[in-house]
Amino acid sequence: MQKFISHIGLVAPLDRSNVDTDAIIPKQFLKSIRRTGFGPYLFDEWRYLDHGEPGQDCTNRPLNQDFVLNEGRYQGATVLLTRENFGCGSSREHAPWALLDYGFQVILAESFADIFYSNCFKNGMLPIVLSSHQIGELFKATLSIPGFSLDVDLEQQTVTSSTGTRYTFDLDAYRKHCLLNGLDEIGQTLSYKQEIADFESEHLKKNSWLTQEVR
Amino acid sequence: MAAKTLYDKLWESHEVRKNDNGTSLLYIDRQLIHEVTSPQAFEGLRMNKRAPWRKDANVAVPDHNIPTKDRDKGIEDPVSKLQIDTLASNTAELDITNFDMSDPRQGIVHVIGPEQGITLPGMTIVCGDSHTSTHGALGALAFGIGTSEVEHVLATQCLVQEKSKNMLVRVDGALHAGVTAKDLILAIIGQIGTAGGTGHAIEFGGEAIQNMSMEGRMTVCNMTIEAGAKAGLIAVDDTTIEYVKGRNFAPKGSAWDVAEAHWRTLQSDADASYDKTIVMDASHIKPMVTWGTSPEMVAPVDGFVPEISDPNKAEQFRSALKYMGLTPGMPIEQITFDKIFIGSCTNSRIEDLREAARIVKGKRIASAISLAMVVPGSGPVKAQAEAEGLDKIFLDAGFEWREPGCSMCLAMNADRLEPGERCASTSNRNFEGRQGQGGRTHLLSPAMAAAAAIAGHVTNVTKYYEN
Repeated sequence: MQKFISHIGLVAPLDRSNVDTDAIIPKQFLKSIRRTGFGPYLFDEWRYLDHGEPGQDCTNRPLNQDFVLNEGRYQGATVLLTRENFGCGSSREHAPWALLDYGFQVILAESFADIFYSNCFKNGMLPIVLSSHQIGELFKATLSIPGFSLDVDLEQQTVTSSTGTRYTFDLDAYRKHCLLNGLDEIGQTLSYKQEIADFESEHLKKNSWLTQEVR
Repeated sequence: MAAKTLYDKLWESHEVRKNDNGTSLLYIDRQLIHEVTSPQAFEGLRMNKRAPWRKDANVAVPDHNIPTKDRDKGIEDPVSKLQIDTLASNTAELDITNFDMSDPRQGIVHVIGPEQGITLPGMTIVCGDSHTSTHGALGALAFGIGTSEVEHVLATQCLVQEKSKNMLVRVDGALHAGVTAKDLILAIIGQIGTAGGTGHAIEFGGEAIQNMSMEGRMTVCNMTIEAGAKAGLIAVDDTTIEYVKGRNFAPKGSAWDVAEAHWRTLQSDADASYDKTIVMDASHIKPMVTWGTSPEMVAPVDGFVPEISDPNKAEQFRSALKYMGLTPGMPIEQITFDKIFIGSCTNSRIEDLREAARIVKGKRIASAISLAMVVPGSGPVKAQAEAEGLDKIFLDAGFEWREPGCSMCLAMNADRLEPGERCASTSNRNFEGRQGQGGRTHLLSPAMAAAAAIAGHVTNVTKYYEN
């Protein structure tokens, strides 16, 4: 996995609550058997005026000019600012894959849905929770200051704006450690191979029906 | 010893180790796999030259993409076909059981698990699908995961997890006739909101839950994710034990006796405490219908599309009503439909189909309904329904009777809404575009969907239950 240590980037404001993963990447694109290539279809139904299909070339599709990511000033944004309960609904990891493939490295929100939040970390993307007041301040700044960017320091757990305002954020120590070092979580777990095997042998002996073969 | 909740007990009995940072390594007893969220996990396993830790713990089934009619013609969409073929080749390569499209046991992953005894009480169960919460109805700890975690479980039989908080939703009293588990869970979501359970495992208890069938309990736990909680749980009781007994892969003989004795301990201690408790009175609940683009945007059948009250939600509210083509103050019963969908992992079990058939028996769908379809949750559900003559009741009423799969719950196959079409749906999500781009979804119970098919609009199904 890609390391995440710090990031400086342009902020795009998506002023909606309860953005679900169906909106982030609609179902037709989930038919892909790959992890990459979802970026052009991120927020497909909001971003384009026509209906998108997997594999379609998006360069000439009609854009919805009212959708914020289509505004000239937010082109090249790598930090997404949004509201409550971002990433709710389906557990599809295609949602963080699409955000990442589009270019987002950091997502700032008042809150995230549990599964989406966890999925971000598996892909080297950092979801940050700030208070509704702080998020409100950042929306104001993003809308009023052209080129408003944020400097995110994972080690220090801080978000610093181009105007000098600094916020700190909370993060689970294990997730931070994995991101900072770009660790392969499966490799980490396999370092406890013996413990797992010992637990398993005891557990399956006690609950013998768990080994019933399904054929 | 401190009193424990059911969730605490399931968690502790699967904890391989506690890490220093507050997370635990949790042992996973069963992983269910489907075609959409697994190909990249298998690919990851291959790229890292890792083998499955315990292949027998995994069972696969295609459900999201598969056609619900003309199966003998194969899968028309080449992209869907590739995904389903990829599931078949990945599982064949690793010798993992796959109930393919021709297998009579094939169906929606969350229907076939309990039905076959593949998911059992006391298990930890995961699947790359958020509605894995369904299996918590059996007194199991079951939750949805992403594809990276699917790979993690394949490779290690474990997951690194942070323990959730405990939440209790206690439903006292009894539901009125015609008011179902679906109405109850929609009412709960309407009350606590789609983020009300975030960070929690929700245990459902109280008289109304205790008196509910397993099918009803599965409907409630299924939509726990729509209340923000990854896992929903219900204590094991006689209803659970009766349901599991005799299932294909449930233990038999002396193993059954040992299992049953263990499973009967899967209840919260009487004095266990919860981080959050919600108490509801079942007798106050009416049939529910969603009017917006989030499951929390829900009203009782005799209610109205609400006026904006919370200024913080005004924008979301306006955009939902614009998408849905509704106006504040409109009676819910005036919502008319183009299509009817009875199916999905929420409501496609035999009891759901019986309930709907009872309403439509001897009647015809309204002329304004262009398509009404029933999609059974699995091969065995379909066979059972046909043995009871339910297929005939639906067909005579003008419904289509389809093959099992996820179908129009998420419209990954050919079953979908056209832009602007309005659907009465027994599924679980009314998000924008969920059932097809521009489609408008109203979530309700199978009985309500059946009544809507006959009337052509929302109508209070409880009138069918009078006398």
